[in-house]
Amino acid sequence: MSLIYKNLTTVKDPLLYLKPIEHHDIKNGSMVHIKTREGIRTGQVLSVNSEIVVIQVIEGTFGIGVGTAETEITFLEKTFEIGVSREMIGRRFNGMGLPIDGGDPILPEEMRKIDGEPINPTRRAYPKDVIQTGISLFDGLNTLIRGQKLPIFTGQGLPHNRLIAQIVNNAKVRTNEPFMTIFCGIGILAESALYFKQKFEERGKTRLISFINLASDPTIERLIVPKIALTTAEFLAFKHDMHVLIVLSDMTSYAEALREVSNIKGEIPARKGFPGYMYSDLASIYERAGRIRGRKGSITQIPVVTMPNDDISHPIPDLTGYITEGQVVLSRDYHQRGIFPPIYPLASLSRLMKDAIGKGSTREDHGDVASQLYAAYNKFLQIKELESIIGSDSITLIDKKYLEFGALFEDYFANQGETERTFEDTLNIAWNILSLLGAGELIRIKKEYIKKYFVKRR
Amino acid sequence: MTNNQKIVGKIRSINGSVIKVEGFSYQSVGDMVNVSEELHIIGEIIKIIDNIAVIQCYEETLGLKLNAIVTNLQYPLSMELGPGLLNAIYDGIQRPLDYIAKITGDFISRGIRVNALDRKKEWKFIPTVKNGEVVRAGDIIGYVQEYSLHHEIMIPQGICGTITGISEGNFNIVEKICGIKNKIYDQKMLSKWPIRLPRPYHKRLMPDRPLITGTRVFDLLFPVARGGVVAVPGGFGTGKTVVQHSLAKFADADVIVYIGCGERGNEMADLLNSFPKLVDPKNNQPLMERTIMIANTSNMPVSAREASIFSGITMAEYFRDMGKNVLLLADSTSRWAEALRELSGRLEEMPTEGGYPAYLATRLANFYERAGLIEIVGNPRRVGSITIIGAVSPGGGDFSEPVTTNTKRFVKAFWALDPNLAYARHYPSVNWTNSYSLYDNLAEFWEDNIHKGWEEYRKAINYILSREGELSSIAKLIGPENLPPDQQLIIYTADLIKEGFLIQNGFNDNDRYSSPEKTMKLISLFLKFYNESLSLIKQNVPFFRFKELEVINSIRRARLDVSNDNLDELDLLDLMLSRDLLQIHRQYAELL
Repeated sequence: MSLIYKNLTTVKDPLLYLKPIEHHDIKNGSMVHIKTREGIRTGQVLSVNSEIVVIQVIEGTFGIGVGTAETEITFLEKTFEIGVSREMIGRRFNGMGLPIDGGDPILPEEMRKIDGEPINPTRRAYPKDVIQTGISLFDGLNTLIRGQKLPIFTGQGLPHNRLIAQIVNNAKVRTNEPFMTIFCGIGILAESALYFKQKFEERGKTRLISFINLASDPTIERLIVPKIALTTAEFLAFKHDMHVLIVLSDMTSYAEALREVSNIKGEIPARKGFPGYMYSDLASIYERAGRIRGRKGSITQIPVVTMPNDDISHPIPDLTGYITEGQVVLSRDYHQRGIFPPIYPLASLSRLMKDAIGKGSTREDHGDVASQLYAAYNKFLQIKELESIIGSDSITLIDKKYLEFGALFEDYFANQGETERTFEDTLNIAWNILSLLGAGELIRIKKEYIKKYFVKRR
Repeated sequence: MTNNQKIVGKIRSINGSVIKVEGFSYQSVGDMVNVSEELHIIGEIIKIIDNIAVIQCYEETLGLKLNAIVTNLQYPLSMELGPGLLNAIYDGIQRPLDYIAKITGDFISRGIRVNALDRKKEWKFIPTVKNGEVVRAGDIIGYVQEYSLHHEIMIPQGICGTITGISEGNFNIVEKICGIKNKIYDQKMLSKWPIRLPRPYHKRLMPDRPLITGTRVFDLLFPVARGGVVAVPGGFGTGKTVVQHSLAKFADADVIVYIGCGERGNEMADLLNSFPKLVDPKNNQPLMERTIMIANTSNMPVSAREASIFSGITMAEYFRDMGKNVLLLADSTSRWAEALRELSGRLEEMPTEGGYPAYLATRLANFYERAGLIEIVGNPRRVGSITIIGAVSPGGGDFSEPVTTNTKRFVKAFWALDPNLAYARHYPSVNWTNSYSLYDNLAEFWEDNIHKGWEEYRKAINYILSREGELSSIAKLIGPENLPPDQQLIIYTADLIKEGFLIQNGFNDNDRYSSPEKTMKLISLFLKFYNESLSLIKQNVPFFRFKELEVINSIRRARLDVSNDNLDELDLLDLMLSRDLLQIHRQYAELL
């Protein structure tokens, strides 16, 4: 039914309000074309009743005329869809999924609804295969697992872009299975977009798809771009058996767009003005990571979340942390002391790591070593605090060893710069510095591993 | 269905999962509806305003059309109850997820109607009453064996009369197993119960027996009774889910109802993956066979999430009525409260604190008050219990937010999880200062049946841990070596207790389940070390001598090294400790 509406009455950017014609059965969530003087824009029905239809215009409502016959609105019978294809690999797109690399349009293999459907929990396969990022603080202590969602919590002014570029360039699965990366920029600065482009090109990264929504692009597009990226990921992972790693940077822009739209819709806010359904909404993005029984591919997510004012209890990182399987937290203190990547081990956690590491995937001693590193580093921090109060003369010999261990942990294990390390490299470095403490202190490590890997000194 | 006349209306408004329908000739709050002839979405009438029904849909409304036809099914949202519940996995409104997967594949589509219980499967029914006996509502008339559980078949509410035509045999759940005279009624194994209505009971009893969890910190320090109510609050990463999983695996209950309410899909996959492989420590049967799972993950529809905890408690009550001890685990009630908030927002109700509706506390009470130790209606006389352990996920880890504070009003035990302990990888990260349990009447049972020292040990640990709390701040200022030796001993023992007793490793075969005997023997080692060292220190033996004891390292590791079947090794450690302490005593006796 292609009824054309010309009775637009209210515009509240980015929403349009109009009265439905009687007996026109408008579909909730359907796509809308808005013809203006300049061309056609796209919208989506947000809610509908017999008095009013609310339409969200993706490109914004600037310049849409009210009370003129020039603005024509057509309701399409379908909800939001995108064409996906394997041709997309190696290409760059904007937030609506249109090519921005000067290349030809994509010939879709199939059309998919961008909202996706929830994976049946009984059909999920429990994630238990690793991805090597080449970064010790990830691989050694917070191993990334295929099918996991592991966010990076960062703050303004921290070098998360450099870290992401490094992960995208170095991440790999250590089997011969097909692996690829999707980079999804949500409200990123034009300069950051340029930085990523350069970094990826430098390394000749071909198995990559970029979707870029710039900070200057329409707000609504930020709510759509991750869904487009994930729909593409689902197609590649579950139809074409690929392991897909998807980086979503930055989910804070997404959540803020959600708040902006919710506010205009006049919804009742919950915490800090964010809508009450933000948890469910974020979950509809994050929960699209995973593996499915009987299918070879996987979707792994690294969402980047900028903590406003470094506050981890802010609703965005807080709700994210409740949905994702762990978090990797960047530390301003590390960054100021020149440690790169500045990942703070004690606040970071990978929940799925325990069942995935060890013999046959990384190395038999991995779990024990990680646990011992945590315990020892934690002890180091306590001793350091004590030392700063009572002075280094009054602490015991073994405590001094811990101080030495801690310094090496930070300078050597953590501060790897842009070098790439394998799991074995990471574990060997860990043994080198743990052995300083003497075998007797390594109570979290099985005796047979101590025998095998302990590094004896003169 | 009360009559055959179809009652239909048309959609006048769609806002997220809430729709408004006009045109029903008859409607009541709680009626289930079929939304749209095309999509077949399930909904429930939650309000009626000026003859317009306000309906919450249990599935996504994207693509739903204005003016679409809605049919009033005229029955409330109910659970199917009968043999076949155990080992099942349902969504929030009792649709079997494995069956859905057979129809729609790996992703869940809309509009699927399936029976919760298999109609075809036959069960061997064994009667326990005879023809001619008079039975009333709640009476047990026989049972079927469902895995290792006697699944009792009970007379439903409102029925009484004389049994006719009962005999042993194989039946499916919708076949007549006997008649009830005086009333023309065919008794079947399947019954239904509306989820919003608590099942009636005879009387409430005071919970006086512990629910053994196999987790040391709970069993000894913060115990829960059968029929008790516990909240487990904790920010993200504090290990709430691991605690819940561990309770589901090892708690001493006949039936476990696990509600994954708005949580992670991969966590449910973990449970579904590990449960069939794990065995119940009591009878060596797969754990799944005593478990019902409800999985309504965070990306599944919110209205079904709101319903899920009431669905779960209705199934729990059904088993309670058989005289079973049921443990209901809800992870997480905060996600349920958020679903309530979201729906309330869509209904444009006036919000209170944090955007939650004013009836948050009432709804929480409706749920938690359905726990308890209960004397059941009907013959034979029996007692059953429902224990609720609900996880709470306070935003920002702030325990003053509305869901946590309101939940605290309805629970008697509070297991506060602490991010600082979690950062130090101290799991379960139960904070011993902020947690409490009001089930102190359990001492009698413990001391009569398990161990005499229960109350005394609790006091001793509490003393050591609270003293350590005071002393450690001083130690930070002046260095622990500069404290008097008895205070150094407190700090040292507290660390031992934390490392060797309170921490429990869920991934170590010996440690993940601690039998009550192991728990008591372990703690007695630490307390013995403390008490005897203290008396020696009072006789001026220097403190460093106790730190050097070799046996301490073995005691510290005993939780990992000693299995529940091999507790003699703990007795051996006890002997070694006595010997070593005696040696110190002898050495110094000559000097002093």
